This record gives sequence, C-alpha cells and structure tokens, in this order.
Amino acid sequence: MSVLVFVDHTQGSFKKKAFETVNYAAETARRTGGGEVVAVVLGTVSTEELNQLGQYGATKVLHLNDARLDNFNAKAYAKAITAAAQQSGAKVVIVSYNVSGKAVAGILAAKLNAGLVSGAIDYPATDNGFVVKKTVFSGKAFAFVKVNSDVKIISLVPNTFGVTRSEGSASIETLNADLSDADFGVKKVSEDVVKGEVPLSEAELVVSGGRGLKGPENWGILEDLGKALGATLACSRPVADAHWRPHHEHVGQTGGTIRPNLYIAVGISGAIQHLAGVNSSKTIVVINKDPEAPFFKAADYGVVGDAFEVVPKLTEAVKKFKASHN
Amino acid sequence: MKILVCIAQAPDTTSKIAFTDNNTRFNEQGVTYIINPYDEWYALVRALELKESGAASEVHLVTVGNAGAEAVMRKALALGGDQAYRINTESHDTYVVAAQIAAFAKDKGYDLILAGKESIDYNNASVGATIAGVLDYNYIGFATSLNVEGGNVTVKREIEGGEETDTASLPLVVSCQKGMAEARIPNMRGIMAARTKPLNVVEPAATGALTEIVSYELPPAKTGVKLFTADQMDELVEALHSQAKVI
Repeated sequence: MSVLVFVDHTQGSFKKKAFETVNYAAETARRTGGGEVVAVVLGTVSTEELNQLGQYGATKVLHLNDARLDNFNAKAYAKAITAAAQQSGAKVVIVSYNVSGKAVAGILAAKLNAGLVSGAIDYPATDNGFVVKKTVFSGKAFAFVKVNSDVKIISLVPNTFGVTRSEGSASIETLNADLSDADFGVKKVSEDVVKGEVPLSEAELVVSGGRGLKGPENWGILEDLGKALGATLACSRPVADAHWRPHHEHVGQTGGTIRPNLYIAVGISGAIQHLAGVNSSKTIVVINKDPEAPFFKAADYGVVGDAFEVVPKLTEAVKKFKASHN
Repeated sequence: MKILVCIAQAPDTTSKIAFTDNNTRFNEQGVTYIINPYDEWYALVRALELKESGAASEVHLVTVGNAGAEAVMRKALALGGDQAYRINTESHDTYVVAAQIAAFAKDKGYDLILAGKESIDYNNASVGATIAGVLDYNYIGFATSLNVEGGNVTVKREIEGGEETDTASLPLVVSCQKGMAEARIPNMRGIMAARTKPLNVVEPAATGALTEIVSYELPPAKTGVKLFTADQMDELVEALHSQAKVI
C-alpha cells in the first residue's frame, strides 16, 4: 500500500534522523505489498535537498513551497499533511516520535479518522491485522497495538533502525493544500536554540551527570569526555533543579526521554524516575562510587570508583582509541 | 477565561509493571494510581495559578474513566478546581479519549484546554493534539511556559535543541511539560473542600476505538553489568567498540 512520510527540516535542510523515517516508510511499503513511498515536505527547501529523499527510499516527493510553512506550525502542518494523504491516497502515514511529529500525529488522527501507534519501535506486522510494537510504561514494557482503521498513523522512535542510503530517485510534485490565515493562529515570536550541539533527542552518544559531581564547577571533566566522544551532555533532575545545568539537559521521567546508542551516567544513582527516561538506551555505562547504586542493575558496563579519577582516565582512553582508529 | 484541564490516572512511577491473562492485560494488583504527573504538576497547577492571578475565571477538570478514576479526581480537586467531570467510559485508544473530551468541551466555551504532554503509562503524547484536531482549535505541544495578559496568550514550547516563544489566538489546546509550574501539595483545607465538591458524571458520546492492544511484553532482563576498574579504561573503550559497537 502507499505510504506517506512527513519529513521535517530545519531552515531548509534535513537532519540525518529525518532520513530514518523515510527508510522506515520504504520498508513499511515493501512489507505491505509494495506501493509508492511519498515524502511530504513543507516550506522552502531547495530541489537539491528534496532530491536526496530518493536515496533513502522515497519514490515521490510532495512539496508545498509556502514560506509561511518555513517554521513548524502544528495546525497548518497537519492540514497540509492531511491534504498530502488525500492527494497520494496513502493508507499509512509515518512521522517521527519527536516534538513536531508527535504534535502533528494527534491532529492527523482526528482529521484522517486514523488509528495512531505512538512511539513505534518495529515495522508493522501484517499476518494478523496491522500490528505495531511500541514502548509503554516509559520504556518498562512493550505493547502490540492493532490498528483497525482504514488509514493508519505510526510515529517512529528516533534511532530505532539507523539510516541507510542507497541508489534511487524520487519525482517531485507540488502539493495542493488550501491554507488560510485561520490555520496560522499560533505565531512564532522568537527562538532560543543552543547552537553547534547535537540536540539530546537526536544524540547517538550521551554523557550525563548527577549530584555525584558535587557542583556545576566540576562539569569540565564531563565536557572533556563529551568532546572526546562527540557526545551530547545531559543531567539528572536534581542537577537541573539546582540550576547547575540548563533544564533542556534534564533527562528522566519528567524531563526528556532519550534512546541513544550509548548513555554514560556519571554520579547518578539511578532512581526509577531517571531510568524511565534513559532505559531504552542501547548501551548503558554507569560510573559511581557507590557499588550499591541501583543504576548498576540497569547497566551493561560499570565502573565503581570516584568520578574525578575515572572520568579523566576514560577521556584519555577515548582519545587514544580515536587517534589509533583514524 | 475558562480553562479545562484534562486529567488521567496513571500507575505510580514505582509500580511493578506486570501482565496477566496471557500477557493481554496490565496486572493492576497492588498498583497505586496517581494523577498523571504531567497533568498534575504542569497542566493543573498552571491553570490554578492563572485563576489565582485573575487571568482565568473558572478551572474545570475532566477525566475519561470508570468509577475507579474518582479517587484520583478527588486528589486533583484537593489541589483546586471549580467543577470536575468524569466521562463514564474507559479506553486505551487515545482517539476515543480525545474524542470524548472534545465532545464534552464542544459547546462549553472553554478558551484554553490544558493536558499533560503524555501519560506515563501509554506514552502516546497525543490526547491534546487530537482534541485540537477534532475541535479545529489551535494547538501548541510540549509547552514549558504559558502566560496570559489581557487576553493575549504567550507560550514557550520545546523545539529540537531549545525553545520557541509563540503567541496564540484562542481557543487553544496546550500540552504541558516541565517548566510550566512547580509541584504543589494539597493542603488540609483543599482536601476537606474536595470531599464535598461535586464530581459530575457524564455519559460518553458514541465513538468507536481505532486501535486495540493485543498483547504486552516485558523487555529481556539485562544479563548483568560487566565491571571495570578505574585503571581498565582502555579495556572499557575496547568493549564499547568491539562488543557493544557503539563507538
């Protein structure tokens, strides 16, 4: 069946994670009997950039070149994606389980009268209906959700499958959507983005610090490790609450939920609320001086020791490794 | 300004997650239910703050659930709120939950509908957005602050790697997360008042579920942590490279 995938961009360029959803859409189309893989792109994006989508599995790109859509707007985006679903006749709509994907998915469910699987971590199985595996209970379990509606929506957890690039090209067509001023009732005033850093939600490698680091002045050792690895920094709730680190770095039950390939936790005991935000990480390394810290039970690798001794040594070992593998 | 706050109950964070009936049902035995933290700490408390500051005139609470959800609604009422409604049906399908709330809210003139960014049990993160979709209201997801001044609404929301500030016209649905307000503990006066506040029961509108959960699965247990000493960092890096294949 035809599959539609919403591909988000930042100021006209796609992020690597966006290609993962295109790969996923292509594989979903293949598993559901073949059909077009239609990528919908909204706002000003160059033809060269759009052409890339074919290399990740799109067979067609529906582009709405409307500068009002250069910035994400949930209502207007959902209206345009609804039009794309109708124009392409797609029976499955794929978005990313990130802030913009989640915001449009719920609106699309209402507009397309479509069942939604939010936070999918596998391809749909079709041997007994249309069933998709997703995380529930904040990563502590999985549910198999059967979608019974004609049109189905899946939001994919980023970094589930990774990105594969191959040969291929997509035709580019214009999307027709009738957007009015009423669709832009939410207006952007300003933004405050940390520049030059991979956002936590997209980071494959994360170095995270907790109260065990004793104070914000000690974050240098984590920054050094993060820099050596090319990792993004995160922190536990008490650290953010004490304003040692900015709130956007907070991961856990009430902060961000992340799923990196590698999560290195330094001086974090591993309370269940913290684990809820990070326990889907592929590999967890815990550095803690308390051998009884509950985090060790959820870890793949551990170091019982003083962070101020262990972390600089780990940084040196990473640098040595990088030097010999380049 | 009238505000509607959507409340869900969720198992306490420390609950043991287990399933029964051949892994088709969540095992509720011994589980304590709480107000979903995002609904409580952020959506409800912020709505109450807006009322206290004079920006809002009324705060109503709504939940979709059976009689078992009343205890959690009493807890919510102990924090505050003028009216509480329970739509008498239960569903794990977010479309049903959202459509029920939308049908209830449709003709009641709410200017703002607040929900938590997600529930901590099913993590669908879509009830607020679907309500906005059904009612064709404006929607802002993952908000970290919400201010109302002279009828003008300013919202900060999470974007990749930072925050964006938006203005929005009403009616508006906002999904709320950390930053919006600080957690509160109900005081004795609130708890006593909540006992006598009416908890109105509303019969559900006719909607059909679009999804169903066919079964659950627990993740495989970790095989056990492999420990290294501080002097074995080269070995740890090698393990991350050749075993875990993450660097």
